[in-house]
Amino acid sequence: MPTATPISRVNDFVVRFANVNGSGSASANEMFARAILRMGVPVSPRNIFPSNIQGLPTWYEVRVSEQSHLGARGGTDLMVAMNPQTFDKDIAGIEPGGYLLYDSTKPLPASKFRADITVIGVPLTAICNREYSDPRQRQLFKNIIYVGVLTALLDMDVKLVEQLIGEQYKGKDKGKDKLIEPNIKALQIGRDYATLNLDCPIGLRLKKTDKVGNRIFIEGNSAAALGAVYGGATVCAWYPITPSSSLADAFTRHCAKLRVDPETKQAKYAIIQAEDELASIGMVIGAGWNGARAFTATSGPGISLMQEFIGLAYFAEIPAVIFDVQRAGPSTGMPTRTQQCDVISCAYASHGDTKHVLLFPEDPAEAFDFSALSFDLADRLQTPIFVMLDLDIGMNHRLSRPLAWDDARQYDRGKVMTTEQLEAGKEFGRYLDVDGDGIAYRTYPGTHPTKGSYFTRGTSRDRYAKYTEEGAPYVDNMQRLIRKFDTAKDLIPRPLQANADKPTKYGVIYYGSTAPAMDEAIAMIEARGHAVDRMRVRAFPFHSSVNSFVAGHDFTFVVEQNRDAQLRSLVVNECGIDPVRLVPINHYDGTPITARFIAKAIGDHLDALKIKPLKVVS
Amino acid sequence: MTYLAKPKFHHPDLPKNSLGFTHRDYEGTVSTLCAGCGHDSITASIIQACFELAIDPHRVAKISGIGCSSKTPTYMLGNSHGFNSVHGRMPSVLTGANLANRDLIYLGVSGDGDSASIGFGQFAHCLRRGVNMVYIVENNGVYGLTKGQFSATADRGSKSKRGFINTDNSIDLVAMALQLGATFVARSFSGDKAQLVPIITAAIAHKGAAFIDVISPCVAFNNHAGSTKSFDFVREHNEAVNRLDYMSSRMPIEVKYEPGTVEVVEQHDGSKLTLRKLAADYELHDRRAALGFLQHHAAKGQIVTGLLYVEHESEDLHAHLHTIERPLNALSEKELCPGQAALDKINASLR
Repeated sequence: MPTATPISRVNDFVVRFANVNGSGSASANEMFARAILRMGVPVSPRNIFPSNIQGLPTWYEVRVSEQSHLGARGGTDLMVAMNPQTFDKDIAGIEPGGYLLYDSTKPLPASKFRADITVIGVPLTAICNREYSDPRQRQLFKNIIYVGVLTALLDMDVKLVEQLIGEQYKGKDKGKDKLIEPNIKALQIGRDYATLNLDCPIGLRLKKTDKVGNRIFIEGNSAAALGAVYGGATVCAWYPITPSSSLADAFTRHCAKLRVDPETKQAKYAIIQAEDELASIGMVIGAGWNGARAFTATSGPGISLMQEFIGLAYFAEIPAVIFDVQRAGPSTGMPTRTQQCDVISCAYASHGDTKHVLLFPEDPAEAFDFSALSFDLADRLQTPIFVMLDLDIGMNHRLSRPLAWDDARQYDRGKVMTTEQLEAGKEFGRYLDVDGDGIAYRTYPGTHPTKGSYFTRGTSRDRYAKYTEEGAPYVDNMQRLIRKFDTAKDLIPRPLQANADKPTKYGVIYYGSTAPAMDEAIAMIEARGHAVDRMRVRAFPFHSSVNSFVAGHDFTFVVEQNRDAQLRSLVVNECGIDPVRLVPINHYDGTPITARFIAKAIGDHLDALKIKPLKVVS
Repeated sequence: MTYLAKPKFHHPDLPKNSLGFTHRDYEGTVSTLCAGCGHDSITASIIQACFELAIDPHRVAKISGIGCSSKTPTYMLGNSHGFNSVHGRMPSVLTGANLANRDLIYLGVSGDGDSASIGFGQFAHCLRRGVNMVYIVENNGVYGLTKGQFSATADRGSKSKRGFINTDNSIDLVAMALQLGATFVARSFSGDKAQLVPIITAAIAHKGAAFIDVISPCVAFNNHAGSTKSFDFVREHNEAVNRLDYMSSRMPIEVKYEPGTVEVVEQHDGSKLTLRKLAADYELHDRRAALGFLQHHAAKGQIVTGLLYVEHESEDLHAHLHTIERPLNALSEKELCPGQAALDKINASLR
């Protein structure tokens, strides 16, 4: 018996699979997660993978949470330890009272285990060697067998896994469905072994419920790509880089289904895998200049490479959408680990005085919404719009509200002067602020034989697009760009505020993928006797409510996933706020931020503030 | 200065093309380049070619990078939109613009610094992709705006104005274009408008990636003895392989040529190029032979000019991508947005 009481919980635990990448474990692990969803129990899976194709450690974590806590929790309740390379570390990560499932074909000394956990051995390799002769089959079916074992240990509905196997392998192997039966057999082998030889079920159990509702299970990159389809993007130029490649891949896939003319089979889109990020953004800018909705998807290093072009699009005022699926920097950093570390490099991208619009979606559904919105914003504001995703949202399946589109919605193509307007004699000045909102009219190339043409350039120019190096027209133009940036504040998504039940002097600001962990942390902070109001910032430039939120609290915590408190710097800089009032809470080890981390950091701070003064002066 | 417009009035008898436009309708603002600059002759040749082809002056998109050559789009086609982008990146901007609207004529103007150095990668990749365009490099072997540094097309052993000898090997953009799959490749000389104008005209009519390297002496920094890009040197070493006459599909071939000295090349739009062969052994449709011919003559210090390669059945990037015939920038939301019904199905598939 373990020295700690075995954990006993229903529909609320974390299972972590430790595998070697390239071993085919991903599809088995994902099937496990999906089967739990089919039981009506919310799950939040995360892939923790190396920048490598075969042979290095990889983990798949499934957080089961009937209460729909979809952020990472930290700690593991059941470790499925299939990788000898990481065995010791994996065992160390198990919660006291937790469980270990390992391959007991080769017996390990008791010293390899911990006294406070329940150790469950299954001779997986021996079973596979007995059942299969082909080495690849031995490897692949081992994964399904351990899923079979888990169905017994956790009291899962095995029929749901069988159903998923049927769906996954239907039509595979040249349409003969030949893979379905052996997979179901492997599942049964595992389940039977566990039922006969192990104490089933263990303290961690699954029970059918109805907490998933109509939510969908989708990766943020795929949802963002769908948003680009719905938002009318026709040109995508990109260069492969983790963790953004799957966004362009998904756009390609979605377009093949949704954007091919049914009769002519011709494409209503163009996708170019460019030679580098410079060419990607160059193509996006060329297409945007010429009136198409265009985007690129990249990550931090790509943003660094695009700097010069981003400045051109800002200064020459050309619509462009850039999806930045952030990963841990600087430099190559940790290419397969998550961070929110490009906030400043995007907000002020390029040389000279520049400022850009950033959107911070919290999950796939919002990634879809903001993606579609970004094309309207780019056209309306005639400037680059950054959609700030990260690896945690982008590359993991997340339970998310269903994607929705209002069929009555019209694209906002912004201020584009037409042939008719030019013909009617409407005055055209490419950089003329006719409406006072800082946004001038543009024309698409080829609009009119004699009116409305202009020269686009990165050099300074007057209101009629004529080259000048005079100081006054330069300042006039730079001031108008600031007016335009102010206009943006009313067009972009506003922050969302949720106040504590009782009045409090403390607030917290957060954004993007931190949201689910923050939602969960609030209850933990309250349990420690503290109350905080919270504000989720959804875009930059900041709405005036950010100023009032900070002004309305003695201290505001700014929780983010980078070392240097980048959003906090933006708030200080752009809202003119005394830095002392903004307390940075930074998580940046490359793993997704957890509720435990946030609750501890904020709780500790607030505990410290509770110290009574030595003497009360009357 | 560039912002000075040229006076619009002109001689009432100035010839008009089939659209009723005069030569003046294809001009831009006054050039700010040095008097005698080869680039101005190229600008004049482009204007002449567009006039002769009777192109709607606003249906061209002029795109350039940075440098003396990249300034020239301001000096031509004043009713066309122009885009002076960033150094070496004209090809990507042009590619994106072309994807957005396949109906315009795309004129990419670049220089040897812009295309052979900082933008060598983009030069290569847009030719690989077969973007439908005319890509002109105004090649003077020198950085003019920064006062006379060698560029990557400067020949090894040539002398700079300050007396330095270039020790780096040069890049021959024509040879590169041939290797990279450009479907129309030519070299000409800014001092030979009779050769250059029909080449530009034919390149505009060509469907696919047309590349023209125009040797264009820099009168300020590269026109001295010891330079291989000076007017004198190019005139002395020019080895023209053919002389081109361009005829649109509307014009009958009227000129009579000696049998065996002429090749007629029909382009996809029905226009015809007649080539008077100057080098009897030159084969116009053979990439490998063209490369061999170039290298053979380069070794002798000769500069091969003329139309050097044309592909009969050329295709462009849109053909490769199977894009819809209408410009992508003209598609409405009805055509682009699948709507909630399709989204409902997608949602259902994600449960």
